[in-house]
Amino acid sequence: MAQDSIITDEMRAAVGVESEPSVFEIEREPIRRWAESIGDPNPLYRDEEYARKQGYDSIIAPPAFMAQYAFPVKSGRLSRALAGGPFTRNLNGGTEYEFFKPIQAGDVITATSKLVDVYERKGRLGPMLFRIRETTYKNQEGEVVMKFRGTGISY
Amino acid sequence: MSNQVFWEEVEVGREIPALVKKPTPQQLVKWAGASGDFYQIHYDKDFALGNNLPGIIVHGALKSAWLGQLLGDWVGLKGFVKKFKCDFRGMDVPGDTLTCRGVVTKKYMEGPERLVELDIWMENGQGEKTTPGSALVALPGKN
Repeated sequence: MAQDSIITDEMRAAVGVESEPSVFEIEREPIRRWAESIGDPNPLYRDEEYARKQGYDSIIAPPAFMAQYAFPVKSGRLSRALAGGPFTRNLNGGTEYEFFKPIQAGDVITATSKLVDVYERKGRLGPMLFRIRETTYKNQEGEVVMKFRGTGISY
Repeated sequence: MSNQVFWEEVEVGREIPALVKKPTPQQLVKWAGASGDFYQIHYDKDFALGNNLPGIIVHGALKSAWLGQLLGDWVGLKGFVKKFKCDFRGMDVPGDTLTCRGVVTKKYMEGPERLVELDIWMENGQGEKTTPGSALVALPGKN
């Protein structure tokens, strides 16, 4: 490890290791509340009868809804790799979503995450640690419904 | 939602309808509650200043959600947002007028799918692109 590198062996060892799965039950009221909080009036996210008329079983989750469940709950090792290091300040550097199938209220989604890259840069805020995390979401049929990739910056 | 856009109508270089957001600190609190992101830089001014930030700032994830709304509104009931990404290059603050925009960059077919690529972004009240990104959507064809 280089003398002034802030990347720990623990972080490096965590790259590519998949976390334990976390399970989330997707429910109507949280979807409605989330849609309300972003100010999106689309009835697909609010009105069950409307959503059913469009061919869904219930209201569907807006595209970015699942990202709130991107933080792995069960993997101590991954959590430590994501939260460790000397920097206590954090920023969201960027986000990438890939959608395969709509997520509906009533779905049970299983999420697994992994750290895919870690590197350091010097920027406006001084030395910064970048950690790229990917989360894969599957529904109760085992189908991949969504993938998320997020860049966390610590400084 | 009532005017479905069809792949055949899409022109490369054209801008899609913009989405304007004027977040208040209260909206950021609502978002924190709905998303579970309680990081204090989004509602606690002293904490934000202590983190070398200009004041409380809009959650990146919320900005991405708005870009998701921009795309969802455009593709309509018969379209599907396949992918999108954005970088949080500049900070945005409540009280500002933030506008989500998109421009079609490519249009093509891949097997049976009718696809459109876009540059998307959010700009602040001064027209600065704080959140640049891109998207890939599938649209229905006019039969």
